[in-house]
Amino acid sequence: MSDATEANGTTGADAGGRHVRVVLVDDHRMFRAGVQAEIGQTAETGVEVVGEAADVDQAVTVITATRPEVVLLDVHLPGGGGVEVLRRCAALTADAEQPVRFLALSVSDAAEDVIGVIRGGARGYVTKTITGTDLVDSIFRVQEGDAVFSPRLAGFVLDAFASTDAPPVDEDLDRLTQREREVLRLIARGYAYKEIAKQLFISVKTVESHVSAVLRKLQLSNRHELTRWATARRLV
Amino acid sequence: MPEAASLPVDDPRPPRKLYRSSDGRWLGGVARGLAGHLGLPVIWVRLVFVGLFMANGLGALLYAAFWFFVPLGIGGVGDHKPPLVATEASPGGRRRLVARKPDRGQILALLLMVIVSMVFVSSVNLGSAAKAYLVPAVLVAAGVALVWRQADNARRARWVEVGRRRRTLTLLRAAGGVLLVTAGVSAIFVLQGSAAHLGAVLQAALAVLVGITLLAGPYLVRMTQDLSEERLMRIRAQERAEVAAHVHDSVLHTLTLIQRNADNANEVRRLARAQERDLRTWLYKPEGTGKDEADEPDTVAEAVRRNAAEVEDKHGVPIEVVVVGDCPLDERTSAQMQAAREAMVNAAKYGGEGGAVQVYAEVEGRTVFVSVRDRGPGFDMDSIPADRMGVRESIIGRMERNGGTARLRAVPGGGTEVELEMERAEKTS
Repeated sequence: MSDATEANGTTGADAGGRHVRVVLVDDHRMFRAGVQAEIGQTAETGVEVVGEAADVDQAVTVITATRPEVVLLDVHLPGGGGVEVLRRCAALTADAEQPVRFLALSVSDAAEDVIGVIRGGARGYVTKTITGTDLVDSIFRVQEGDAVFSPRLAGFVLDAFASTDAPPVDEDLDRLTQREREVLRLIARGYAYKEIAKQLFISVKTVESHVSAVLRKLQLSNRHELTRWATARRLV
Repeated sequence: MPEAASLPVDDPRPPRKLYRSSDGRWLGGVARGLAGHLGLPVIWVRLVFVGLFMANGLGALLYAAFWFFVPLGIGGVGDHKPPLVATEASPGGRRRLVARKPDRGQILALLLMVIVSMVFVSSVNLGSAAKAYLVPAVLVAAGVALVWRQADNARRARWVEVGRRRRTLTLLRAAGGVLLVTAGVSAIFVLQGSAAHLGAVLQAALAVLVGITLLAGPYLVRMTQDLSEERLMRIRAQERAEVAAHVHDSVLHTLTLIQRNADNANEVRRLARAQERDLRTWLYKPEGTGKDEADEPDTVAEAVRRNAAEVEDKHGVPIEVVVVGDCPLDERTSAQMQAAREAMVNAAKYGGEGGAVQVYAEVEGRTVFVSVRDRGPGFDMDSIPADRMGVRESIIGRMERNGGTARLRAVPGGGTEVELEMERAEKTS
């Protein structure tokens, strides 16, 4: 993170010692400006917006050039959408030293859009109605490697797994455990991670690890689906 | 009378334009179309045609003329859905067998007609010279008919979706038609005694054809491509126009209202949310235009969303809805929906200051679960006077009367959560 502070030399000490470099990807300039205004006060929030992009090509260029820690990614983008950005930045996401993490920020209500980016490798999903403070919070959580689910996404995930539950192909990978299901339900009911922890008598860290596990399973179930699809067609 | 089913229905289409009928037809649908147009039973029209046919083949000529000039349409006699065509058809069990495949029936009719005309021709004594030309002429006619029928089918495909596998059939047909015509024309040549030159003539014809194809081919390909592209553009333009119309209607209207109510924050918020919801349903549900609010919801998910929308509009408090799974409404779940609505109203009234009300509904197996949660001040159940019926009667009482359970958690300062659980009624729908 040393290069971050040097690019940000003038701002000095940031909020609570936290600091994160963010790239905004959204095709609406007004929206980018709004988000920038809301989270961009680095001195207060600790968030530094190091780049913006309006379409897939731009996004890939900016992300590769600036190597942010978190990318706020719109689902609908000209040039292939958020999924395409994720696909082309796969190497950066997988980088062990300084991974780039993606947080989907969407106005879309369509489950397949949202599940699509999550399966593409985004670490979380929040809606555009989210407040500035919550967004900052989510960004930091994603930076630390946790998953952030909005109630709606939790609903989508429950739905997605409910529909694939019928043929239990791979119990270990494809199914959610009872606990994970419970956690997701509480998220869908609008509970914060802290409240879930209190309700289930577990620690916040445990809640976060459950949520991360759900995210992993979502991606894994996708990979398994792919493998199944490929074997069924004798492509492998 | 076996044709009873195909008697004209008594709603006269205002512009009574003559169309050939595309369903239930034997040949070109001329008879059915005419019958529909004149309001007569089909059998009469058909008999007239047959009768005219006896008069020096006038009927055939007339029929061909109709076939040629009258466009193909839907309907004709009565408005039958394609599967119904199957059972109505016509006298005799023969057609009922081919009921599900009207095409085969049509081919049969075609063959029958050819045979009949053959018999007719052979029984009529024409000059031997003319008679010699008759067979090739009939061959040519059959070929032309075959190809023309295909054009009809291509037209019909616009109304009735025709599967891909029909393609080979149409190709086969076209080839058959061309073959018949070629055979007929060649036969005429042979009869004319110019058989010796046949080879040379065919070669020349082929050369000309190839030349024309080479010259006109690219243009033709280009033209069809342009045509389909143009069609696509038109469909897109239409869709865009529809979106634009909708945006114009409702969004601009809302924006005007917002400008007028600019200093009333609550009203602005309410308008914006209502508009957002409307636009969302319109955008993300391909068929539901979001405008037909009048009809009653018939699934749990719909009911929850509808209730939330109404409460949101009425009380100006945002309600976030998450629904997992869905099932049709029955008596019990309807009662649950009413209880949920009451809970939403309470949450919006008393807990709306703390932020959005969260509604979560889940259908899992036979259980329907609804949770309504606000972040308001909460309350103490025991401190509510016994005469206040809102929660006790409308929510808890209603749920219990219908065999469900209701749980309330109201932590002072921590918001209120109402959990409603109900088993679906036994009968499955």
